[in-house]
Amino acid sequence: MTDAALIWSYLTQGPLLWLTATLIAYWLGDSFFRAMGRQSWANPVLCAVILLACVLGLTGTSYQTYFEGAQFVHFMLGPATVALGMPLYDNLHRVKRAALPLVAALVAGSVTAVVSALAIGKAFGLSEVMLASLAPKSTTAPVAIGIAEGLGGEPTITAVLVLVTGIFGAIIATPLLNALGIRDWRARGFSLGVAAHGIGTARAFQVNETAGAFAGIGMGLNAVLTSVIAPLTLRLFG
Amino acid sequence: MIPALAIILVFQLVGEVATRGLGLVLPGPVLGLMLLVLSCALRPALAQMLRPVVAGILGHLSLFFVPAGVGVVAHLGQFRSDGLAVALALTVSTALAIAAGALVFRAVLRWTGGSEE
Repeated sequence: MTDAALIWSYLTQGPLLWLTATLIAYWLGDSFFRAMGRQSWANPVLCAVILLACVLGLTGTSYQTYFEGAQFVHFMLGPATVALGMPLYDNLHRVKRAALPLVAALVAGSVTAVVSALAIGKAFGLSEVMLASLAPKSTTAPVAIGIAEGLGGEPTITAVLVLVTGIFGAIIATPLLNALGIRDWRARGFSLGVAAHGIGTARAFQVNETAGAFAGIGMGLNAVLTSVIAPLTLRLFG
Repeated sequence: MIPALAIILVFQLVGEVATRGLGLVLPGPVLGLMLLVLSCALRPALAQMLRPVVAGILGHLSLFFVPAGVGVVAHLGQFRSDGLAVALALTVSTALAIAAGALVFRAVLRWTGGSEE
C-alpha cells in the first residue's frame, strides 16, 4: 500500500503521467470516431476531453497538475498554425482563379461570425471576459486561443467554444446548404471552413475533395482575418 | 524531419518576435503561417522539404486541442450561469456565418461571370 502511494506521488510530480494520459485519451477518442463511421457528433477531441475530465475528477487531480504534463501537447498548437500555411500554398492557383468570390465570402462569413456572436452575447449580458473568449470562436483553435489571450479572454473557455462551434457547424452544414440551394463545392467547403475551422474542414473532406480543399483555405484565411476583425468588433461592443 | 521542424519553429519564432516587437494585433504563429506561404512561393523546393512534417502535424491537428479543451473542468461554473446565452450565440452565429459565406460566394461568382464547380 505504501509502495502504491509512493509510486502515485512520484507520478504526480512529473509530466509523464498526464502526457501519456492525453495521448491515450485522444487515441481512444479517435478509435471511437472511426468505429462510429466518422459521424460528426463522435468528435475525437470531445471524446478525449470528456474521458480526461472524468479521470481528473475521479483521481482528484487539479487542472494545473494535469497541464504540467499536457503542456507539451498544447505547445504544438503554435507550429500547427504555421503548418496551416501549406494547404494554402498548395491551392494558391485555385484561389487566384476564384479570388473575388472567395474574398467576398471570407469577409461576409468572418464578419457575420464575430458580429452576430458578440451581438447576441452582449444582448444576454455576458461579461467582458466571456465576450473576448467568444469573439474568435469560428477560428481554428491555436489562432482562436492566441486572439482570445490578446483580448483578455480566457483561453480554456475559448478552446471549448471553438470545439462546440466546429461540431455544430459540421452537423448543420449539409442540411443548411442544401436548403439554401448552394451546389458549388467551393462555396460549400469554403463557407464551412470560415465558420467552423478544422472540424468543419474535416467534415467537408468526408463529403467532397474540392469542398475539403476550400474549407482548409477558408480556415487559414479566416485565421488571419479574425485576428484583425475580432479586436475591432470587440471595441465596438465594449 | 529535424531540419523541417526547425524551419517551422523559426517561422513561429520570427512571427512571435515581430508581432511583439511591432505591437501587431496578429498572433505570432499567424504571421509565421504567412511567412511559410511567402517562403514556399519564393522557393518551391522548401515546400517539398517541409511537406512530410507538415502532413504529420496537420494529421493530428485535433490532438493539440485536447489540453485546452480539458480546461473546461476549471470553468464549469462560468458555463452554468452563462450556458443559455453562450449556446444561443454559438449556434445562431455559426449558422448565419455559413449561410452568409456561401450565399455571398455564389452571388459574387455570378456577378463576375464565373462558372460553378
